[in-house]
Formats: sequence, C-alpha cells, structure tokens
Amino acid sequence: MKVTFPHMGHLHVPLRSFFAALGVETVVPPPIGRETLALGTRYAPEFACLPLKVNVGNFLQAARMGADTVVMAGGVGPCRFGYYAQVEREILRDLGVKLDMVVLEPPQGHWRELWLGLRAITGGADLKAIWRAGKLAWRKLTALDELERELHRVRAREATPGASTEAWRKIVDRLDRAEAVSEVEEVARQGKALLAAIPRREDDDVLRVGLVGEIYTLLEPAVNLEVERVLGEMGVEVERSIYLSDWVKTNLVFHSLHLRDDREEYRLAAPYLGHFVGGHGLESISFTIRYARAGLDGVIQLAPLTCMPEIVAESILPKVSRDVGIPVLTFMLDEHASEVGMRTRLEAFCDLLRERRRRKERFLVGARDAAADLRE
Amino acid sequence: MRIGIPRALLYYHYYPLWLTFWQQLGLQVKSSPPTNKEILNQGVSAAVAEACLPVKVFYGHALHLAPQAEFLFVPRLVSAEPGTYICPKLMGLPDMLRHAGKKLPPVISPTLNARCGPRAWELAFIRTAAVLGFGARQAERAWKVAVAEQARYTAKLGEGKTPLDVSEGAEDDDRSSRKALLVLSHPYNLFDDFVSLGLIRRLRARGYRVITAEMLPGRVIAEEAARLPKALFWSLGRLILGAGGYYLRSGGVVGIIHVVSFGCGPDSLVGELLERQARRFGKLPFLLLTLDEHTGDGGMVTRLEAFLDMVEWRGAS
Ligand code: SF4
Ligand code: SF4
Repeated sequence: MKVTFPHMGHLHVPLRSFFAALGVETVVPPPIGRETLALGTRYAPEFACLPLKVNVGNFLQAARMGADTVVMAGGVGPCRFGYYAQVEREILRDLGVKLDMVVLEPPQGHWRELWLGLRAITGGADLKAIWRAGKLAWRKLTALDELERELHRVRAREATPGASTEAWRKIVDRLDRAEAVSEVEEVARQGKALLAAIPRREDDDVLRVGLVGEIYTLLEPAVNLEVERVLGEMGVEVERSIYLSDWVKTNLVFHSLHLRDDREEYRLAAPYLGHFVGGHGLESISFTIRYARAGLDGVIQLAPLTCMPEIVAESILPKVSRDVGIPVLTFMLDEHASEVGMRTRLEAFCDLLRERRRRKERFLVGARDAAADLRE
Repeated sequence: MRIGIPRALLYYHYYPLWLTFWQQLGLQVKSSPPTNKEILNQGVSAAVAEACLPVKVFYGHALHLAPQAEFLFVPRLVSAEPGTYICPKLMGLPDMLRHAGKKLPPVISPTLNARCGPRAWELAFIRTAAVLGFGARQAERAWKVAVAEQARYTAKLGEGKTPLDVSEGAEDDDRSSRKALLVLSHPYNLFDDFVSLGLIRRLRARGYRVITAEMLPGRVIAEEAARLPKALFWSLGRLILGAGGYYLRSGGVVGIIHVVSFGCGPDSLVGELLERQARRFGKLPFLLLTLDEHTGDGGMVTRLEAFLDMVEWRGAS
C-alpha cells in the first residue's frame, strides 16, 4: 500500500511522519503548482470550491507517482467539504484512476469507525504504536505552528527580504526528517535561534494585519498566492486566525468529546451573526472583532470564490468593520487569481492603513497637547 | 400589525405554513409580488457580488417589502429534517439582511432546526409569537391550522401540480397522454417564473408534461437517496439526486433538465454527481441550465430548443 493525502499548508509533514512511524509507505504529492491546478480545473466540477479542485490535482499527480490509496477527512455538513471525498471518488472512477479512498469521518462520539479506519490503513498496528506515531506527528505540528508564528514576526522586520523565508524552508525540511520527539525539540530550538539571528531593519515601523477566512485558503500558500510572505516583505506582521494544531484540538478533540472551546467565538460574533454557518464563517466575524480590540491595523479575509460560510461573513463584515473601527479587505480566490492583482490591492490597503495610523497618532499628539494646555 | 414575507427562497416551499400561521394570529400578512426586473436589480445592488442569484433575489424582495411592513419575517432555516441541513447561506440569511446597511423594519427570525427535535419548528414559532405578545395556547392553535394547510399543499404537489399551479388554481394537468420531462432544481428557481425565464411554461407549451422532485412521494426519494455512497446532508440535494436516480433507473421520462443558480455551493457537487450518473446510465438526454442575473431569454431558448430537438429525434428513432 502506498498512501497519499491532499496538501494543506505543512500538513504533509506530520502526516508523513505518522505513517512512516507505523511503517506505511507514503507518496507526498508534488508541491501545488501550475500542473496541479490545471489537472484540478480540467477534471473537477467547474463551480466546485477551489480546495476540491486542488485535491483532485494532488491525487492525480500522486497516482502518477505510484500512490494507490488516498486518506482524507470527511465531515457532516453543512458545508461542501463533508461531501468532497464522495465527489472525488466519482471523478477518479470515471477517469479510470485506481486509487482507493479511505475517508476518516469525524467521530461524533463514535470512535469505533475512526479507529477501524486507522487500523485498515496502518495494517492492523496496535494502539500503542499508533499512539507513539501520533505523538511524534503532533509534536511536529505544534513545533511548525509555533515557529510559523515567530516567522511572521521576524519577516516583517528582516533587513534582507527573503532571509526569514529561506530559514523557514530549512526548518520545515529538518522537522520533516526528524525521527523522534527529542529530535523535534532540538530542531525547534535551532529553528528559533535561526530566526532570532536574522538581521533586522533599523526602524520598527510595522503594520499589524489579521488574516481571517476559510481554513484551506488561510493555510495553503500556493492557493493564497503566498499572501503572508508578500505582506511580510512589505513590512506587515500578520496574525492568522487559524493554525492547524488549534483546529485539530477544537474539532477532533473537543467536539468529539462533546466539549466546546469555541464559546467565546459565538459570544463575540453574536451581535452580528447568531448561528454557526459551517466552515469558519463565524470565526471570520469573531476574529475581526478580536483583532480590532487588540489594536491591529487591519483585517484581510481570504476565501475560495463561492465559499458559502465566507460569503455570509463577507456580507456582514462591512458592518463589523464600521462598528469596531478596523478596515477589512476581502480576497475571493479561484484558479485564475493573479499575484499582480493581489499585490496592487495589498499595496493600496497598506497605504490606507499607514495613513490611518498617522492620523490616529496626530490625533493622539493633539489630544495630549490639548490636555497639557488645559492643565496649565 | 402588518408582517412582510419576502416571496423568495423557501417561501415557495413553506408559504402555506408561514402565511397561515400569522394570519391565524390575526396579523395582516403581506407578501412581495412575483419577482420582476426592478426587484432583481434592487437585490443585485444590495447583496455582495459573490452571493448566489437566489440570495440576491431574496434581498430584492425584502427591500421591496420594507416600506410596507412593520416586521419582516425571515426565518433562520437550519434544517427541515433530522440529520440534514439546507444551505449554510440560509443559516446566516437573517443576519446578512440585517447588516446589509439598508433601512429595514425589525427582522423576525425564529431558528428552524429540525435537528433539535421533532417539535423544534413548532416551538420556534410559538416562542416568536410570544415575543409579539401572543399566548402559547393561541399560537399552538394557529400552528395546527398552519400545518394542516401545508399538508394540503404538499398533497397537491403530489398530484402533479407545481406550486405555481396551486397558487393560480390551474386545472389538472393531463397526466397520461403526454411525454414527460423531469425538471430538477430548487423550488425558488423553478417556480419563480421570472428567474427561470418561464421554463415550465415553455416546456408545457411545447407539449411536455413537467415532473418535479416535489411530485414524488417522500418514500421514493428516501429509498433512492439511501443508494448514495454517504448520506447526503443537504435536503434539497437529496431531493434532486433522489428524483434523478429514480427516473434514471425506471425511465418514464424522455429527458432530464437540471437548473442551477450561478454560484450555488451545494449544487456544484450535487449537479456533478447527477450528471455523472446520467452519463453512466447513458439513456436519457440531460441538460444543465445555469441561471444568473445576466441570463437573457435568447441564450436559454436556443439551448432548450437544441435539447428538445435531441429528445424528439431520439424519440423518433
Ligand atoms: S468552507 Fe468554503 S471552501 Fe470549504 S467546503 Fe465550504 S464552501 Fe468549500
Ligand atoms: S442552496 Fe444554492 S442557491 Fe440556494 S441559497 Fe444555497 S447557495 Fe444559494
């Protein structure tokens, strides 16, 4: 058996590690590129949301490299993701591509099926081995997420554009190759040092922008046109509303135990959106409010074109933006999105944010002077 | 008190229930007129560009009603049957409308969620009535009448009538002698004569009997839907794939037309599954019609004519 899976950001690192630790051979699809998108758009439904198209591209490329089994997650609605695997299976079948699909459905309280699914792929590995493999994979994931947060801080301040991205590539590569938890700890330490050693600019004039939106577009640089890197190199520190490890915690651990750790999001969003709408639509609202309160300069919403939860959020965000006083820019992405177009809009947005900041500072200085006058 | 109910989205499915309930409580109920150019334009300019056509049309109806009503009734439709949803957008619809930055009367939006138990809809209606000052007893009575009205309507659909026929009191369609076409779509596309560019009228004028998913018994839909590789969690999609599967297997129609709105999320996948199924069976001609705010009569008529020619040519050979 040769197992493959869809790409989403650095998900392949923990997944490959998990399977390798259990002795299962994996085929990581080539990094998402032109060819992936071309295959996806050719064979996936025209109006499907972008992640499905990229999945299909990933699978076809992996099949060419000898993969025979796809592992992916399922879902229970209301969003399209919960039926992706079924549609993808039909597409592959009609193309005559021999790929078995193993769909791990979220447990909803029934762990048995998930467990059986895992056993099937891992060739009947025992619980202890799965636990150990899971622990290593989880540690890799959390290390990646921690270091990526650091990367965002450093990138906005680097003296030579590209220096931190270079370091990040090395870090991902080393984490990918680590074979034990202790090794992951070591690489994480080195990684931190590597990022800390990057020469910074003299000034500390950075804008802070929050990224909200649909999980796949947030996590996959190849479909968001590397918006984080582009912003970072424009001197913008980004804060992202979703990290993969948080998502795993919320959805796989808490929800399956019928616990919630997202009450706060519902509470924050309530004046604007009184119900969950699938995906991360509600979080796009609540995080915009969080970011405004934390004093960030602006918010960018990212989503695939036709993404239902994010269209709900997009309809409401202008009101939120006015009420809490933070500019919001929306990008709806599809396979035709152009880097040039995005860069132009980002530059204009940053100009606006800088101008707002200057005005606010002038206002504050003015207010301080006025207060001083009054005291005299 | 005058309550406005936009004639859009699932109004076409639930209007007997919604209208009757409020009328029974003595409210004056005002629906918007059938969609027209002005309503469409109003909706298109008020909604975000990425929204699907039916949501845009809905905005238009709500804005049209706004000056004429003290309240707007816009339920939050989460689920109509246990284990299913309808569409993420309908779960956020009342909030989208409220925050669209338009002058609107208060929006009343009970959460209708059959996943919360068999009486969830009823309780939501009773609670909403309480907010407007009606007692529980009175509301329960109104609910019973409304449910009976809805059942009568559903039964009429089972007799081969479309919601338009029912509301216009059309005579019984001749059921046996004419060739039938299966037309699959969401009720708010098909039964909005303006949005669907009179599709049903056109087909009937060409001598076809029109069958829609609503005309099939729920049992048949459920049986067909059970064949899907995984339970489909969209109830409208289940209806489409259930009816489509049934006729692909059993014949009885000379062709299938699937009508989708530009930008519809669920149908991008449901339509794909349907089309692949139709291709595999390979027996029935299949036409996909996409509706958007720019669809001119011309383009659709040409495609429809070509399709019907094919249907007739096959019938002759
Ligand atoms: S959240 Fe958006 S992108 Fe994801 S499945 Fe739903 S519609 Fe598609
Ligand atoms: S089901 Fe499709 S057409 Fe209907 S509201 Fe949802 S996205 Fe729009």
